[in-house]
Amino acid sequence: MSWVARTENVRQRRFGWPDVFLLLFVLAILAALLSVSHGEVAPRPDVLVPVNLAPSALPGDALRSLARIFIAFAFSLIFSIAYGYAAARSALLRRLLIPLLDILQSVPVLGFLAASVTFLVALTRGSVLGFEIAAVFAIFTAQAWNMTFAVYHSLATVPRDLNEASDLMCLSPWAKLTHLELPTAAIPLVLNSMLSFGASWFFLYASESFEYAGHTVRLPGIGSYIFAAQEAGNTRAMLLALGAMVVLIIVVDQLFWRPAIAWAHKFKLEQTPSPDPSSFVLTVLRRSAIVGAMEEHIAIPILNWIDRVMARRRPGSGAGGSAVRLAWVVFALILAAVVVATARGAQPLVARGVTLLPHALLLGLATLGRVLASVVLGAAWTVPVGVAIGLSPKAARWGEPISQIAASFPANIAFPFALALFLDIGLSLNIGAIPLMMLGTQWYILFNVMAGTIAIPADMKEAARVFGLKGVAFWRNLILPAIFPSLVTGGITAAGGAWNASIVAEFVTWAHHTVAAQGLGAMIAEASATGNGAAILTGVVVMSALVVAMNRFIWRPLYALAETRFHVEA
Amino acid sequence: MKGGRILPADVTILSLSHISKDYTMPGGIPVRVLDDISVTVGEGEFLAVLGPSGSGKSTLLRVIAGLVAPSAGAVTYRKTPIVGVNPHVAMVFQSFALFPWLTVQENVELGLLTQGLAPRERHEKAIAVIDMIGLDGFEGAYPKELSGGMRQRVGFARALVVEPDVLLMDEPFSALDVLTAESLRRDLLDLWIERRIPTKAVIVVTHSIEEAVYLADRAIILSRDPARVIAQVPITLPHWRERDDVRFVRIVDDIYQLLTARRPEASASAVSRRPPPIPTVRAGSLTGFVELLDDLEGRADLSRLGDELSMDLGDLLPLVETMELLGLAGVKEGAVALTPDGRAFAAADVLRRKEIFRDRVMEHVPALTHIVQVLQGKRDGRMNKEFFLDLFERTYSPEDSEKQLHTLIDWGRYAEVLAYDQESGQVYLEEEQGTGAADPPDGGPVGG
Repeated sequence: MSWVARTENVRQRRFGWPDVFLLLFVLAILAALLSVSHGEVAPRPDVLVPVNLAPSALPGDALRSLARIFIAFAFSLIFSIAYGYAAARSALLRRLLIPLLDILQSVPVLGFLAASVTFLVALTRGSVLGFEIAAVFAIFTAQAWNMTFAVYHSLATVPRDLNEASDLMCLSPWAKLTHLELPTAAIPLVLNSMLSFGASWFFLYASESFEYAGHTVRLPGIGSYIFAAQEAGNTRAMLLALGAMVVLIIVVDQLFWRPAIAWAHKFKLEQTPSPDPSSFVLTVLRRSAIVGAMEEHIAIPILNWIDRVMARRRPGSGAGGSAVRLAWVVFALILAAVVVATARGAQPLVARGVTLLPHALLLGLATLGRVLASVVLGAAWTVPVGVAIGLSPKAARWGEPISQIAASFPANIAFPFALALFLDIGLSLNIGAIPLMMLGTQWYILFNVMAGTIAIPADMKEAARVFGLKGVAFWRNLILPAIFPSLVTGGITAAGGAWNASIVAEFVTWAHHTVAAQGLGAMIAEASATGNGAAILTGVVVMSALVVAMNRFIWRPLYALAETRFHVEA
Repeated sequence: MKGGRILPADVTILSLSHISKDYTMPGGIPVRVLDDISVTVGEGEFLAVLGPSGSGKSTLLRVIAGLVAPSAGAVTYRKTPIVGVNPHVAMVFQSFALFPWLTVQENVELGLLTQGLAPRERHEKAIAVIDMIGLDGFEGAYPKELSGGMRQRVGFARALVVEPDVLLMDEPFSALDVLTAESLRRDLLDLWIERRIPTKAVIVVTHSIEEAVYLADRAIILSRDPARVIAQVPITLPHWRERDDVRFVRIVDDIYQLLTARRPEASASAVSRRPPPIPTVRAGSLTGFVELLDDLEGRADLSRLGDELSMDLGDLLPLVETMELLGLAGVKEGAVALTPDGRAFAAADVLRRKEIFRDRVMEHVPALTHIVQVLQGKRDGRMNKEFFLDLFERTYSPEDSEKQLHTLIDWGRYAEVLAYDQESGQVYLEEEQGTGAADPPDGGPVGG
């Protein structure tokens, strides 16, 4: 298993003029959203209702949180397929959509929250709905990008012979999508969905309860429950909620992801038989008579009907290429005009933002240092541990699911406790933010190192044993080169997570104490708490630029090295 | 239209007129893959397309199917020009091209999806073809559960279920082991001869001459770089044909001769006036082949050789071409024979062999001489490989350039004139070989 999609784009793309254009485009939209009189519309009272800490409220809250994640996931799924399909199918769109996706991926998730909440609250006149949509949107932005890359990459690399066979059978675009393209994308999509789901727990917590223009927003949900329990110092409620959360993560994993993975295994492209991952739930579903009857009498007839309706639409009848192109150009022009018009209104905002730029850059360098430190420190302990687990088949069986759950557990819940500890021992958050960032991101490294170690071919391990490689020689000649590609992949994911986490790790609120580190994350967090649109804009822009630069100058060379020198043919 | 009916032999079903196909290299240089190919296929005909690997056979088949548009010329199906995919053809792939997530039954039914049949009809049609092709009982199996031969049967069933007028096959048996391929060939031929399928014509692309002679009524022989029709060989033996039949062997020999005959230098008219590429053969395979020929008294029939080594044309022809290029062997009337130099090479020890090889390549492979000269002109005797790749890419595709350079490096390494550092991607002169390529070196190179 690897987080293919996230690293794919780091590897192959070059930063060029279209990217600059698109970056400006995204900025214009952000500025336009932020300029909608931030904070002028006050939240309605029902948004600010204190959280009920009675245990009986917990199940309801948990379900509401889960519902938010699933709604966001449904949108992510639709978005990733539509976007990936468009990018894979049209060369014209591809040149636009893929760089755009690259940039969207670099914008911090909480930046999306800050930008969208202003707009949505103004739109809904401060009602709960606006905040709910903003929360779901934030979770969506934590899920969608890597799923989209996964779909795009799969669709772009559909095996040529299968493609030709489908064309010769005159499959309609719909039949081709459902019988060839989506099945090819199934495995990467499911794996990346799992990763996205893990990330959404983290942002769920941050998007359910936050400071908005001086108001404390609490959307009912398990995240708010934990937050409120912490504030009230109610340890019992807190432990109860944490327990509920772990149970929720495990249940979703067992009832949803295990079956999904076992089901997706059917879509493996290799034709060699291999042991299928099993899922008890899926086996039950597959053997159940009720499910079987529903499939036979409802699902299959509907699918057949759709197939037949769609079959009438012949492939290759793309209505006059030039007309379509013209329509696109007109559409793009209108869009650009709207953005420019709105962004003109945002001029004062942008002007104020520009004055903040030098300061933001300095803060950005501080946060960059913390991100790098968190990755290096994370690797320092996860590499030996991950390798040890990976080398022992027994440990590996336990290690994988545990590290997966640890990765999806929202580490930011622990921040207030850590902060209390830091205050006790007199550690500044300037340093303390590093372990806080690690709490959430080191698992990605651990997970990848483990997977990399498991994937070392048995004959190489045997050869190392026959030649008596031990200690330093064993590590230098076998382990480190063999896990290097996985380590890089884990590092990329962890660094991306650390940037996102910096916004909550550098600015921690606990029982009405707020401690901030000197950093870009703190700048963004503080700006969105106080409703400073210009500072949000500048902060998000600088952070996105730093992420893009880091991909370009650190990760891509490492990735190239991993691909050429340390590529192990299994 | 089913079986039994006697069809007039001269009804043209498909005709290719002056088909050419150019691909544009990244540098903007067009390279011609197919050159002015004109062929007609009559009703009831089984046609084989033969040629060395890389000759564009598969591209030709894809042009016929309408998957690839020709750069010039036209494909006509029953007097109608074909644009886009030809709906009257079906194809069997070398790689089977089955959908791994669909069962045998579903794979076969997929072809019927767009024909607007009721699910029930689709089901019945698929079952009928599955029975016919001998897959009875495997309807619910997934491709990965089947052996290679069974998978290709699914490939055939999927192609035949749509009752195509023309069945196209792209090396359908070459991914199978010998016995499986033979039984599948027989079954297919049985369906065809007995007219149990309504298909009006079959076109098979292959690089096995025996397969072509066994199956087809006519063989089209293609040249390489670019592909042109060298000859059309009618095969009029009645079915079933015996491989040790004298007439069978004679046709196989004839085709071997056609394929190995020195072709006259390409006429200057075509788009691609490029120096002929060297065959991409490893020096190690070459020495092995010389030894083998030496064991066979220095001479062997090509068709026999292919048979005994179970090597097909794709493997054998480049070897023979290299031997001819270096003057180690010659081909005459379908047989390859060692020259005196070839015999000397076979008799020599390892070091002496390298010397002979060095003299030969420096004399006959201008590209290698050129590389050595370039390196000698540099003070440190080193050059990035990209420099040479750029030179090659003026005439070949990037992929071919890479192959050409690697073969040259392999030969240069064996001849101990060149060395290559993978890490830095640099080609450099072998130390002991600094003085000049023509002089025989006196000190033996360091072994290792």
